[in-house]
Amino acid sequence: MALPNDTNPKLAEYAHPEKLVTSSWLAEHLDDPGLVVVESDEDILLYETGHIPGAVKVDWHTELNDPITRDYVDAEGFAALMSAKGIGREATVVFYGDKSNWWAAYALWVFSLFGHPDLRLLDGGRAKWEAEGRPMTTDAPGRPTADYPNVERDDARIRAFRNDVLAHLGKPLIDVRSPDEYTGKLLHMANYPQEGALRGGHIPGAKSVPWAKAANEDGTFKSRAELEALYGGEAGLSTSDDVVVYCRIGERSSHTWFALTHLLGYEKVRNYDGSWTEWGNSVRVPIEREADPG
Amino acid sequence: MTVEALPEPLAEIVETFASSPPRDRLELLLEYSQTLPPLPERFREHPERLEPVPECQSPLFVAAEVDGDRRVQIFVDAPQEAPTTRGFAGIFHAGLNGLSAEEVLGVPGDVTVRMSLSEAVSPLRLRGATALLGRIQRQVREQVGAA
Repeated sequence: MALPNDTNPKLAEYAHPEKLVTSSWLAEHLDDPGLVVVESDEDILLYETGHIPGAVKVDWHTELNDPITRDYVDAEGFAALMSAKGIGREATVVFYGDKSNWWAAYALWVFSLFGHPDLRLLDGGRAKWEAEGRPMTTDAPGRPTADYPNVERDDARIRAFRNDVLAHLGKPLIDVRSPDEYTGKLLHMANYPQEGALRGGHIPGAKSVPWAKAANEDGTFKSRAELEALYGGEAGLSTSDDVVVYCRIGERSSHTWFALTHLLGYEKVRNYDGSWTEWGNSVRVPIEREADPG
Repeated sequence: MTVEALPEPLAEIVETFASSPPRDRLELLLEYSQTLPPLPERFREHPERLEPVPECQSPLFVAAEVDGDRRVQIFVDAPQEAPTTRGFAGIFHAGLNGLSAEEVLGVPGDVTVRMSLSEAVSPLRLRGATALLGRIQRQVREQVGAA
């Protein structure tokens, strides 16, 4: 059975307040039987150094991806993962992680491909929970395995592939990478390793809205009014637009996908997870390098 | 491409990783993240003496010093909230600190691959670890060349 929603007034302003919980709500409901807390981090050892009591770890690299093909796990793979983690189809899943929930949002987006009914994000993620001095433990969660049905992934709603993006050119695109990646000055994020894109720049027509603009200093999401000013005002989007978001492998853009879809109520936002590591290596796809969208 | 080509302390670490079940390798990496000694005061007071390693996904700074006996001392600064980065730094510290400059320079660049971590750790991170080794070796080479 799904847990009650967080009725915090900041969350109540969002289009879908049920998709977000505050740290105080989570602390209050941590022992509720219908809840599973999932930690998903960029640093794959961070969970082992201490995590929210009872939280299970989902590793984006080893557990959500197919080991051979560049794709996510299939229905059987996802069911096996969920069973092993002790997550039933009816569970309320709350994700949190490091770096302003960047990877947590990515895991939530992948879970969304399988249509898991109740997925929420902990506003502020791991850093805020820790900063508030809330409990952390290295004890294994010890969840019993669960039964999870095989559910086919539904990519069409929220995932875009390269050919979808080619057909989408001229419609709204948001590039959430850093300005230097957008202009092609850098082939990768500043201070991050080169990930093997042969060409730099952005997809023609894409507007630059770096993902972190949606987050406050403490990792929480900005208010609805601030997000509307950012995406509706500056980027000129409207909620009925058909929007594609991308970054380099689809993780940062999951954060933006979450903000647009769940916090602002955009009706059709797809995440292009091939992102720059595919586009920047594809033969004969158009690329813009100027600072304006092209 | 043999493990024998590595200096003994590093070879032992690589062997331990390679012979462990995959699930235990991350535990091992976590243990190494806890073995990294704190920086001596002269580096704490002068962090600019440490070289940044931008290829790593978290802030990481390293200095390698060659002493009068041509022995290498390695100093690394990495945040506690980046245990994976600290783990690789801990491995290089445990495996290379106190060795001769020649031994450190002889470590092949594929050593991170030999640790059999590629199933658990994304290629990006392995590249970061390789970059850390590369910077240690470059600093050693500069000092040996100048001596």
